[in-house]
Amino acid sequence: MLKVILSRLFQSILVMFVLYTITFFLVKALPGNPLQGDKAMPPHIMAKREAYYGFDQSPLEQYTRQLSKFLQGDPGFSFRLEGRPVAEIIGQAFPVSLQLGVIAMTIAVSIGIPAGCIAAARKNGLLDTLSMSIAMIGICLPSFVTGPILAEWLGRALKLAPAYGWDPAKPATWFLPALTLGLAYAAYLSRLTRAGMLETLSQDFVRTARAKGVPGWRILVRHCLRGGLIPAVAYIGPAFAGIVSGSLVIESVFQIPGLGRHFIKSIETRDTPVILGVTMLYGALVITANFLTDLAGIWLNPRLRKAA
Amino acid sequence: MNSDEKGSSLWLDAWLRLRRNRAAMVGLFLLILIGSSCILLPALTDFLKDPNKTDLVHRNLKPGAEHWFGTDHLGRDLFSRVIFGGRISIAVGLITTFVSVTIGIVWGAIAGYVGGRTDAFLMRVVDILYALPFLVVIILLGKILEPLTDQLTESTVHLVAGENADTKQLVSTRNWVEPLTTLVPVFIAIGALSWLTVSRIVRAQVQSVASLDFVEAARSLGLGHFRILFRHILPNTLGPIIVYTTLTIPGVMMFEATLSFLGLGVKAPNSSWGVLIQEGANFMLTNPLQLLFPALFFSLTLFSLNFLGDGLRDATDPKAAKD
Repeated sequence: MLKVILSRLFQSILVMFVLYTITFFLVKALPGNPLQGDKAMPPHIMAKREAYYGFDQSPLEQYTRQLSKFLQGDPGFSFRLEGRPVAEIIGQAFPVSLQLGVIAMTIAVSIGIPAGCIAAARKNGLLDTLSMSIAMIGICLPSFVTGPILAEWLGRALKLAPAYGWDPAKPATWFLPALTLGLAYAAYLSRLTRAGMLETLSQDFVRTARAKGVPGWRILVRHCLRGGLIPAVAYIGPAFAGIVSGSLVIESVFQIPGLGRHFIKSIETRDTPVILGVTMLYGALVITANFLTDLAGIWLNPRLRKAA
Repeated sequence: MNSDEKGSSLWLDAWLRLRRNRAAMVGLFLLILIGSSCILLPALTDFLKDPNKTDLVHRNLKPGAEHWFGTDHLGRDLFSRVIFGGRISIAVGLITTFVSVTIGIVWGAIAGYVGGRTDAFLMRVVDILYALPFLVVIILLGKILEPLTDQLTESTVHLVAGENADTKQLVSTRNWVEPLTTLVPVFIAIGALSWLTVSRIVRAQVQSVASLDFVEAARSLGLGHFRILFRHILPNTLGPIIVYTTLTIPGVMMFEATLSFLGLGVKAPNSSWGVLIQEGANFMLTNPLQLLFPALFFSLTLFSLNFLGDGLRDATDPKAAKD
């Protein structure tokens, strides 16, 4: 087990390095630069500004300089929001996205997985058709449609919760954005859980258990849940990394100061330090989430334990 | 007769079983109906109204004989917008999903089956691709492929219109072809980056099936790895794969809308279902029909796909009783 973790840690460092390098040169290859949209300035001032940001150096020089600073723990300053350190921007926005993402994922898991299990147990029955139709509607309606509808209906008409805004100290403001985000993922999870459970329910050991007279719910929970959850768990890992690193749509519908809008804005303005900062954070999240997913996969499938 | 003695193949069996599934057949029929009308109707000149012609006097009209679905906030005919948009959405949905699912299945199956270092390498590549900033990749691809897409547009226009086409024909063919060919970078980019979750799901499924007894049996019969993996293991993992495929299609269709919103997908005034839904969402309170019709077509297509997918799942399940 220790060997697995250590080798994975080594691989992760390699992945982060490759990710940094590719992202840096991809961004450098983009047309345009961060100073482009500014007012016209005399050439010598422009040259001075370019020198200040290091744009007069070759991309390779810029890369080694930024990378060595990054390795010392300093992701630098934003080009666009002049004078603001990247660490500060991420430090303010990420906790919001993280909190929203964790709550939304909790909602998604606690609705999606039970719904998928029930649908699989009652295959082609009323509950199955009903819950899967609701899930399909959830998949068909993107969050820029469900968001405003929920805000209008639950927020403004029924006044259940504030229709916009975000306050870490007031749980009421979490409700609508987390629900909107969570329902979309719940829809995906329920369909994947149903598919995985159906796959497991058709195995021979289920027939054996039935023949022995094990009650239906016990077969479902004790015998099938582990195997049936495999596809859903494989989906949750990366989805979790995505959900906590911010969503532009949810943030703009509910006016939340999260990470998603910084990321889009930084790409539009070629703000390399912010792009790299957010990408590396996201990379670390993806690596961690996928590692945890693999561990969960081993736990769910006893046959893999011998190999690990 | 000899042919009667031959065992029927997995796919023939599947088709026979699928034909008996009423929901799946209705889904298939609806898909063919929607698909063919979105592809063929725009080609029939003068049947549909110009989807991009604004008419500010007749804005937000209710559905009627003149405008079947009414008009939008700029007085454009909503029916022809939905049909024209469907063509793009269906193309994006089918092409990119096909590309992404194919790559994802092969990648994930090999990683899950071979394991060890190969698995580690393949999965770390997936990690990197997950974390790469998607938008940057798409902007770059669009820029690199721009000359190629222009060329593609030109040659397709000439190919479709024929050698001796006059200017008017060329223009109408171009209007028909261009919205699709300019999307090629988007097709490639979405397809190339959306196989990641598929590959992880396939890998997990293959890992769980590869240790079952029948695989051991196949191996002891001396079957090759390729045959074991693609004939014996994969058919037993098809359920979640098919379901995830039916989930990928709406995903990429909506993703195309997001890209269009950021100026990278469909160029205005052309549209797709995703773009129409986005536009409609902005006018949800003043003219709900503008959201309803595109959303209805979108959902109808996805429901049909979903029923077809469930039917396929049941039909291809090797564990289901042979009957």
